[in-house]
Amino acid sequence: MGPQNVAFGVIAASMVLAAVRVVTTRNVVHAALYLVVVLGGVAGLYVLLAAEFVAWAQVLIYIGAILVLLLFGIMLTRAPLHASSELDNDQRWAAAIVSLGLVGLLVGLLADTFGRQRVRPAQVFGGGELADSIFNDFLVPFEVVSMLLLAALIGAVVLARRDD
Amino acid sequence: MLLNQYLILAAVLFCIGVYGVLARRHAVLVLMSVELMLNAVNVNLVAFSVHLREISGQVFALFVITVAAAEVGVGLAIVLLIYRNMASPYLDRVDSMKG
Repeated sequence: MGPQNVAFGVIAASMVLAAVRVVTTRNVVHAALYLVVVLGGVAGLYVLLAAEFVAWAQVLIYIGAILVLLLFGIMLTRAPLHASSELDNDQRWAAAIVSLGLVGLLVGLLADTFGRQRVRPAQVFGGGELADSIFNDFLVPFEVVSMLLLAALIGAVVLARRDD
Repeated sequence: MLLNQYLILAAVLFCIGVYGVLARRHAVLVLMSVELMLNAVNVNLVAFSVHLREISGQVFALFVITVAAAEVGVGLAIVLLIYRNMASPYLDRVDSMKG
């Protein structure tokens, strides 16, 4: 068992625990803070896979921007900042059955399909290679995504402003 | 490292996200569960990108991150509107179109 596997085990265990706490905790702010652990763990997985640019984008965009937006959402909707039992609806058991069935199905299929295939991070894909690929092969999707971001920006402003 | 390590971890994270979307009634918590699911998909994309020595998986992961940012922006604006009109952030109160 190499050091990479040990690092993977530590990251994976903390991510799964934190993710379970995100969906079960009774405190909204704690859920956001547990989400930081999950998102940071995903960035750690990208580092283990030698995808350094995606790891930095994950830290900057998810932990830096999206999480702050979510915290703003919590504060602006005056969510209860103490523990509250009103955060879940009454279909918790049905939801647990659905997700456990889905995880059993997916794990069975994956173990059957990919068996013991190995993944070897041979080269580090840095910003240069990614930029080459984006601006040669994926130029049109890139422009579409930038239009999407602009539309989302304008849409969010139009939706959230008061007309008085 | 096995490819399945990453794929199974991503599957577990995705299913935790599914549970969150189904079982939570606060709108911001549902958005957080959607983020969990999007992250699981991104782990899959990057793992396959490294496995197949093909960079386009990482480009797709970047696109998914961008779309997630746009989704959270618009989603939170909608949540604010719901809160302003219904005076409640709970999704099961939004039932005025129920037959």
